[in-house]
Amino acid sequence: MQQYGYPEKQGLYDPQFEHDACGIGAIVSIDGRKSHKVVMRALEILINLEHRGASGSDAKSGDGAGILVQIPHLFFRKACSQLGIELPEQGRYGVGMFFLPQDTEKRQHCQYIFEQAVAREGQEFLGWRKLPLEDTCLGVTAGKSMPYIMQAFVRCSTDLETELDVERKLYVIRKQTENTLEREKMQGFYIPSLSSRTIVYKGMLLAEQVRTFYKDLSHPSFKSAIAVVHSRYSTNTFPSWERAHPNRYIIHNGEINTLRGNVNWINARKSMLESDAFGNDLSKVYPIVNEDGSDSSMFDNCMEFMHLSGRSLAHVAMMMIPEPWSKNKTMDKAKRDFYEFNSCLMEPWDGPASIVFTDGTTLGAVLDRNGLRPSRYYVLKENILILASEVGVLDIEEDEILYKERLRPGKMLLVDTKEGRIIGDEELKQTISTAKPYGKWLKENMESIHTIEHSEIKEMPKVVNVAKHQYAFGYTYEDLNLLIKPMAETGKESVGAMGNDVPLAVLSERPQPLYSYFKQLFAQVTNPPIDAIREEIVTGTEMYLGAQQNLLNSEEMSARQIKIESPILTNQETEILKNVTEDGFKSKVIPIFFSPDDDGESLEEAMIRVFEEADKAIEEDANILILSDRGINSSKAPIPALLASSGLHHYLIKNGKRTRVSIVVESGEPREVHHFAVLIGYGASAINPYLAFESIEKMINDGLIRETDYKQAEYNFIKSVTNGIVKVMSKMGISTLLSYQGAQIFEALGIGEEVIKTYFTGTPSRIGGLKLRDIGRETVIRHKSAFDLMRKNYALESGGDYKYKSNGEYHLYNPMTIHKLQQACRTGKYSIFKEYSGLFNTTHKATIRSLLEITSPNTAIPIEEVEPIEDIIRRFKTGAMSYGSISQEAHETLAIAMNRLNGKSNSGEGGEITDRFIPDPNGDSRNSAIKQVASGRFGVTSYYLVNSREIQIKMAQGAKPGEGGQLPGRKVYPWIAKARLSTPGVGLISPPPHHDIYSIEDLAQLIHDLKMANSEADINVKLVSEVGVGTIAAGVAKGKADVILVSGYDGGTGAAPRTSMKHAGLPWELGLAETNQTLVLNNLRDRVKLETDGKLMTGRDVIIAALLGAEEYGFATAPLVAIGCVMMRVCNLDTCPVGVATQNPELRKNFKGKPEYVVNFMRFIAEEMREIMASMGFRKLDELIGRADLLKTGKLPDNFKYQNLKLDGLFHLPSLPEGSTRYRSKRQVHGVEKSFDYRILDHLLHDAIASGRKTTAVLPIKNIDRDVGTYVGSKISRIYADKGLSEDTVVLNMKGSAGQSFGAFMPKGITLNLEGDCNDYLGKGLSGGKIIIRCPEEADYVPEENIIIGNVAFYGATGGEAYVNGVAGERFCVRNSGVHAVVEGVGDHGCEYMTGGRVVVLGKVGRNFAAGMSGGIAYVYDSDGTFEKFVNKEMVLLERLNKNIEADMVRSMIKKHYQYTDSDLAERLLDKWNETLEKFVKVIPVDYKNIITEIESAVESGRDLETAQLAAFRKYAG
Amino acid sequence: MGKPTGFMEYKREELPYRDPLERIKDWNEFSVPLPECARMEQAARCMDCGTPFCQSGMVIEGLPSGCPLNNLIPEWNHLIYNDMWEDALERLLKTNNFPEFTARVCPAPCEGACTLGVIDPQITIRNNEMAVIERGFEEGWIKPYIPVKRTGKKIAVIGSGPAGLACADQLNKVGHSVTVFERSDRVGGLLMYGIPNMKLEKGVVERRLELMEKEGIVFRTGVEVGKDVMADEINEQFDATVLCCGSTIPRDLKVEGRDLDGIYFAVDYLTGNTKSLLDSNLSDDNHVLAKDKDVIVIGGGDTGNDCVATAIRQGCRSVRQFEIMPEAAAERTSENPWPQFPKIKKTDYGQKECIALFGNDPRQYCISTKSFSGTNGKVTSLNTIQIEWGKDNEGRFFPREIEGSEESYKADIVLLAMGFIGPEKDILNDFGIETDARGNVKAEYGIHTTNIDGIFAAGDIRRGQSLVVWAIKEGREAARECDKYLMGSSILP
Repeated sequence: MQQYGYPEKQGLYDPQFEHDACGIGAIVSIDGRKSHKVVMRALEILINLEHRGASGSDAKSGDGAGILVQIPHLFFRKACSQLGIELPEQGRYGVGMFFLPQDTEKRQHCQYIFEQAVAREGQEFLGWRKLPLEDTCLGVTAGKSMPYIMQAFVRCSTDLETELDVERKLYVIRKQTENTLEREKMQGFYIPSLSSRTIVYKGMLLAEQVRTFYKDLSHPSFKSAIAVVHSRYSTNTFPSWERAHPNRYIIHNGEINTLRGNVNWINARKSMLESDAFGNDLSKVYPIVNEDGSDSSMFDNCMEFMHLSGRSLAHVAMMMIPEPWSKNKTMDKAKRDFYEFNSCLMEPWDGPASIVFTDGTTLGAVLDRNGLRPSRYYVLKENILILASEVGVLDIEEDEILYKERLRPGKMLLVDTKEGRIIGDEELKQTISTAKPYGKWLKENMESIHTIEHSEIKEMPKVVNVAKHQYAFGYTYEDLNLLIKPMAETGKESVGAMGNDVPLAVLSERPQPLYSYFKQLFAQVTNPPIDAIREEIVTGTEMYLGAQQNLLNSEEMSARQIKIESPILTNQETEILKNVTEDGFKSKVIPIFFSPDDDGESLEEAMIRVFEEADKAIEEDANILILSDRGINSSKAPIPALLASSGLHHYLIKNGKRTRVSIVVESGEPREVHHFAVLIGYGASAINPYLAFESIEKMINDGLIRETDYKQAEYNFIKSVTNGIVKVMSKMGISTLLSYQGAQIFEALGIGEEVIKTYFTGTPSRIGGLKLRDIGRETVIRHKSAFDLMRKNYALESGGDYKYKSNGEYHLYNPMTIHKLQQACRTGKYSIFKEYSGLFNTTHKATIRSLLEITSPNTAIPIEEVEPIEDIIRRFKTGAMSYGSISQEAHETLAIAMNRLNGKSNSGEGGEITDRFIPDPNGDSRNSAIKQVASGRFGVTSYYLVNSREIQIKMAQGAKPGEGGQLPGRKVYPWIAKARLSTPGVGLISPPPHHDIYSIEDLAQLIHDLKMANSEADINVKLVSEVGVGTIAAGVAKGKADVILVSGYDGGTGAAPRTSMKHAGLPWELGLAETNQTLVLNNLRDRVKLETDGKLMTGRDVIIAALLGAEEYGFATAPLVAIGCVMMRVCNLDTCPVGVATQNPELRKNFKGKPEYVVNFMRFIAEEMREIMASMGFRKLDELIGRADLLKTGKLPDNFKYQNLKLDGLFHLPSLPEGSTRYRSKRQVHGVEKSFDYRILDHLLHDAIASGRKTTAVLPIKNIDRDVGTYVGSKISRIYADKGLSEDTVVLNMKGSAGQSFGAFMPKGITLNLEGDCNDYLGKGLSGGKIIIRCPEEADYVPEENIIIGNVAFYGATGGEAYVNGVAGERFCVRNSGVHAVVEGVGDHGCEYMTGGRVVVLGKVGRNFAAGMSGGIAYVYDSDGTFEKFVNKEMVLLERLNKNIEADMVRSMIKKHYQYTDSDLAERLLDKWNETLEKFVKVIPVDYKNIITEIESAVESGRDLETAQLAAFRKYAG
Repeated sequence: MGKPTGFMEYKREELPYRDPLERIKDWNEFSVPLPECARMEQAARCMDCGTPFCQSGMVIEGLPSGCPLNNLIPEWNHLIYNDMWEDALERLLKTNNFPEFTARVCPAPCEGACTLGVIDPQITIRNNEMAVIERGFEEGWIKPYIPVKRTGKKIAVIGSGPAGLACADQLNKVGHSVTVFERSDRVGGLLMYGIPNMKLEKGVVERRLELMEKEGIVFRTGVEVGKDVMADEINEQFDATVLCCGSTIPRDLKVEGRDLDGIYFAVDYLTGNTKSLLDSNLSDDNHVLAKDKDVIVIGGGDTGNDCVATAIRQGCRSVRQFEIMPEAAAERTSENPWPQFPKIKKTDYGQKECIALFGNDPRQYCISTKSFSGTNGKVTSLNTIQIEWGKDNEGRFFPREIEGSEESYKADIVLLAMGFIGPEKDILNDFGIETDARGNVKAEYGIHTTNIDGIFAAGDIRRGQSLVVWAIKEGREAARECDKYLMGSSILP
């Protein structure tokens, strides 16, 4: 629909990347009784979710809120009769909610078009009603953009027999109206709802404004049995009324990651659609999906369409958001069959999602397969169900509650108000999945590639000269040795270090494979990446080959497909496909060649030929098209396989034939994970990399690969590629290959508009670049060289992409630059630094910034007039490098240097030894000013946080955005373990996502947590450049970040998969410019500092960063080089010879760095900046921040690849809102003073904290009271360091529903004793405090069967105790390293990534317990002997408890639990302790067990702990 | 790769030399090969650097750092460690036409730049190279390669030193018909006559030349362009010409008494000895013989050392080597950090032999020869003075004589080993080639075209006196440019 008020696409800003997040809620009378109270309560829920929504730069304009209810018939009858409209009986008329233009003429035209459509469809238009509104409450922005709001009434003709018939007709009318006005480009028109069942009231409102604004809602006769509410948090401040939820059928909290693919596929299926329900009306409702909408609204569009064509909403929801079925062996067969059958019809809409849907009679709710959004519900005795993102959204007496539950991952909840009952997931799905004989259909129709009939394969094709083919396809020695070989040998991707510093593909002087122009996108902030390794149960890699059938009809033939377990086909399998003879399948090989003779000119022609052959094959009923480049020779060059397959994919989408065929690629080109990922991302179903296979065979024959035979090596290669693709998709939060296929999760860099438009439709490509001919030319260069008659030596080129090679790719860090930089920093000679920086002023263009030229309107000034070095240096930071990735010597050298300069060093994510917080006697300080908080939360305690000037939340890392990390046990030396509060020798896993950030409102919460933990520190959010990062940054700015860092993709790393370093993320220039532009557009720029980093090498680099909008600058690799790093790129091997990136004590002795060297480097950079500023005539850096207009494209070298680059988008300068600045000039309003701690506790506990005197208080609490105990905790840490106060110094007895992050980072000495329940993030980062959650006395429900605390409790907790008298949500004690907790049941992924502490679970656990758990021990009471099924046993052992000490310890924990909470369960278990003990299972990680046993026995035999630790480390890990 | 922890486990072990007192009794090579397993350990020390300085071929302050040929050192070290010698050879030959020469005579700027050198003794790169190439010859992996097709283009390469040979080899590989002109009686330039046999056995050179002849390269020895064949004729008969005539004018010491007999240029002395060795096993009298004589070599470089070793083998009574520069430090100074070419004191084989035989290092430093004295027209002594090095206002070093430090040294033979000042002019004039301020051919490095269309220059003639690796590198580059010139494009690296 037409956008209200969104800015046009401009510069690097594109509105299509806007995101939403939110709080959701629903309330339903289960028996269908309508009441006004339901509506009122729903609106109250909305208000209590306010903190999950957001407001923009104008605090009174909300991001949007609204409510969906059943049509209040009585109310409308009255209201309409006053207007002279006589309404028919309920259900026989439709009500439309209309947003219309304020302009009278336009409005009337819209009304006319609608009335016409009604008449044309044979219905009777009854009249319009203008809504009574209270618009004085609105904010300025919302008021300015407010539409004219009206309702329309339509009487339905009698031939529409059923309710669905009516809805369908209204849908057709709406679609036609929309389409007509769309064609007329009408602005400001939108229909929130048009239905005989439900109606939507929404707008650009704050939650509390909904009730006031829409006067209707307050009317006592406005009644409903169902009400659904939504409070929106968007990533922008632009006015938008229609983007508010609810949509017509759903509200959604989350994000659809595979949207682009889903939309393409739904469009592609159009030609196969037939519907009895719609009949001839079908064509009137196209397009099915309105592509201007948000992901939620597109989801809604699709759901609506599929529902109206005959399936129930629940059925459609099961198709669109299936449970993870393929790896779930315990799933009921009928349900599995249902899911598998539907995989043949449509791909999942994948992404984090909590969706509530309703058709006015039923209300359903479903959670994505990962359970990444919170969804809690209460069922009340008065037969009411209340569901919301949080508990405590309504004041409800405990004795009114029947039970408390949560929605579980992949599960569905349905309330049928007609039947008057809740239908559980199992019953519901049972009914739907047995409605048709899906299993039988599958059995009879679905084929496996291994059993399918085919004609005899006479001879396997073979490449004659492997080396020559390798040459032709551009293989390098590096490809073979660094990429393919490790995959074939180990089944894993190879890992490298220190990031990427080679030119972008389009700037490389060497021909690049087309894949290299595509950069992987990844999830950050608005949705989480996922952990495909530890949470493998939710992933799916199966693919289906063959034609798809009619989506709208589940029929037998839909299952007629060939199933493959991996998209990588062996040569054998490919031959089978080529020779398939079985009925229903027909394959056709389409050669993809072009002539190498005319420098790429004939490529276009060749593509047309491919398309024609495909059309012909489809006409001849082929349904598997195999694009093949087998058989290249001197006159046949291969069309880049990606171009051929993506081109064909889009060609067939456009001509409507896409779903009739599967595209299979048989090519010599793809060889690394990224290549395969791009091919699938652009539509290929399967790939046969024949040359990669032949290369492996050759390496085996040559003796380069040993100890594996070919079969095993082939298996390994396929396995690592498949897992690698899964990793690439999981970076974006996508779990199934089926939905990744065609999802186009890439940004092109250096590909021209025409190529994108035709062959990669819909892909962002922002700096222009190659034309088709140029792509051909790159292939031709390689091809000709390979097929030159004279070539004798096929010894492959070195490559030099990953490691520098003199004859290989250019690197920014090369021997000369490293040498000059080190010399300059060591000698302190600026003249040598100038030699160094001069090395970058060559024709060698490697980066976008190297293409730019700085201009100035001013005349030069003497350098003395420019602000001094010292002032500039305050803006400098060193990059986040953990103590662990680099040595103590290196880490402290950087800290000392930056403290001397008043700059800031960054701790990285490995914690910090506390003695560094105290200054050295000589005045130096080894304390890192910036403390990083990353997903692993290692060493993040209250004391750590209060010792920072800035706290950085790492959302992504340039070298491997979207990925977690792993510090292998052999690198966790005792001193590292100490800083990270873990066990020596035991590996540590950083999960890909922060488990407390699955969406933007979660990030806002973490920012709030950290601000409460250190109110004096700035909160910095680190993002990585990619398309849309600006929009995300705007959301982050609204989430109250003080600093936003946009990192380049090329940053360093201690270890990352090589393909990630190279292919994921974008250069900072693009991300920074986009962010700056978007922040200015949103009027948010002046409230945040913008920072950038990523291979900043010279003063010029920094000035360009400043012009593009950055006011602070990070350096990491360069200062490391200054202190001795020689870019060995072996950080991951712990063999750094210069003692920088190693923990090996022998090698650390080689460290020769000095703080002075870093000081010199920083001063040189600042001095060079001053020179440039002087030449530009600028005195202050602030004056040139964001002045992108002073940049222009410099003179480009005469290289065909550079000719069509268009960098103008970078220079775009949105106009500055009045009174604003292009740098930070005001502070965020964090609202610390509004907090519970500040208002109540601070005063109350002042004396107790100052004197350590015991204090007790009784306090009520609500869900809006967040972070209780955090701020006062920080005060304790400031005084008492990491010791805290003595146990129970402060005891707070509370009652109610606690808000999020209850007790976060709370140090020792505070005890929170809560009677009630608790939301997400309970005890996050708990640092020694004690938390007791008791089930209220008056409650009638059974605690161990009811959810009492939310998701992700005790995440990253480092110490303390917890007693929870009830069941916890998902991810209990994730990454716990010290808390001792007792709980009565946990959800999925319990104790995930745990590294220490003790957890006692007295009840049931969810799936995937102990995944990635490397330390600590869990004791689980396994009452029915089923526990083992729920454990992820990859890293842990299940054992009995040791009888004496251990059993006593567990018993005493349970005793305390009983004492603190009065738990009946605990009492029962203690009563029959011997029996109880028999049923306890101990969960202990293998490595952890070995090490602690060793340490304990050494300590027992009299050794001191330190010696014992080192000995154990050496024995097991060293 | 190789072995990530190899450098922590194994120590550097260089090729052992034969005992000095033994080896001076013959003219054979002075080193003995290392057993294979030890060689693999040495290769395992390679750290496979992410940024290998060893192969970078930089020039820092006028000196090479890292291999000018950009030899793929980490790659073949890895292959040696993995016992994949044939693959190692393939990768070695990808960048270096004549590893058997460089492995013997190169001062190994690769090792000076080896990153391991920052903390430990470097990898034995040069010895590893030697092991690979010699294994290649032993195993018969090195066979003549005759191009599948001839282009019909004819190219003259003038000069058969390392630059000329490399250039010819490259051009021949892509099917051109190459003729190499050499004015001397044997092919090889300084490889043949400039470097003594004990350092580079002439059989090694001949082995390569035979191979090249089999591959179709025509060598015309004893033909001096400008005398035996005219430049015009060359231009007429060939489609292109590459000048690789070297920097052949030796630096002289124009002081009083220079005209006395017994004062020779080192190059003539060494040439004569080797020629006699090859022609007659030193039984003819066509060379200067130092037997029982007092020999003084002026010049402290490699050539000076070669003179010392030659004189010792000839049976001299005494030998001294005068160097005007001060003695280098034993270890790197802060002025000369890694990865710069290490300016440290290196005691070479000849000097070691002198120490073993006479008990003293032949070298004397900061010594300048003021004049020669003689009787009967024959030199009898050198008159010297000690000097001191100071810095002028602009930081440049300059020498200052120390008064009263005059001395006189007895000498029957004086050998001038002070390097070369540039190419001979006649041939350049014949072809009409422009020179630069230093008298070298004016041609840009990497492009190698001279002012005359179709005439290229490579090696010392363009660069000035330099190393064998630079010569090979230039020969290769010039070959590629020449191929491009003739064919429009080139697959040569």
